[in-house]
Amino acid sequence: MIYINSFLFCGLICLIGQVILDNTKLSAGHITAIFVVVGSFLDTFSIYDQIINHVGAGALVPITSFGHSLIHGALAKASDMGFMGIMMGMFDLTASGITAAIVFTFIFTLFFKARN
Amino acid sequence: MLLLGDMMEKKKYEEIVNKHKPTETRGQNAFIAFVTGGIIGVIGQVLTECYASWFDISSKDASTFMLVTLIFLASLFTALGFFDKWVTFCKCGLIIPITGFAHSMTSAGIEYKKEGPIFGLGSNIFKLAGSVILYGVVSAWFFGILRLIIMGG
Repeated sequence: MIYINSFLFCGLICLIGQVILDNTKLSAGHITAIFVVVGSFLDTFSIYDQIINHVGAGALVPITSFGHSLIHGALAKASDMGFMGIMMGMFDLTASGITAAIVFTFIFTLFFKARN
Repeated sequence: MLLLGDMMEKKKYEEIVNKHKPTETRGQNAFIAFVTGGIIGVIGQVLTECYASWFDISSKDASTFMLVTLIFLASLFTALGFFDKWVTFCKCGLIIPITGFAHSMTSAGIEYKKEGPIFGLGSNIFKLAGSVILYGVVSAWFFGILRLIIMGG
């Protein structure tokens, strides 16, 4: 069941993105930025956590989960440290993703050339 | 008179083309994005459960492993050169998932590599992915403070 939910939710997010991309002048960069903001907004009142409970990894794969992870780490730290905690915990959960992307990009750019 | 008629014909033709062509490709694009996005979601779920059982870790840690795996694959396929073709075909189906984030970084890195390690690779690696980080952090900071004020944590 969770596989079907994953498929439907992740597919739906991509579908919304594609419909926005085709019907407006916004570029892919605009859409990913909007989706991150939407993700962090949804997690402000713990809505995104409920979605993750129901659809599993289908909600963690889209870029909306990036915004969710940012604010989730920030709020977890903020419960101990107050307002400074928001800045201290901001990258707690997304650190792995950003580090992986940077390291892999660096390694692969060393070995591969641009092909046009 | 003939010229006017010709132009009218052309206008009519363009009207008909515009009426039929975009809607069809839009529907097709949306369908492809839906299916590919869904498949990536299912792959993520399968990987999460595999990692959770193989390494005997919680599903939350396994989901981090899963994200790193997806980033690795997207980065590798971009470097090998065939991920770009997939992205032009699937569009948002691959851009919206975390694969798009890795793809944008690796493609920017490879493209600007020739301009040197500092001003090429170093300053352009976040050229496309930077907007995601900037607006993510700003919105998370703003909404975090909002929640602290409204709900107290």
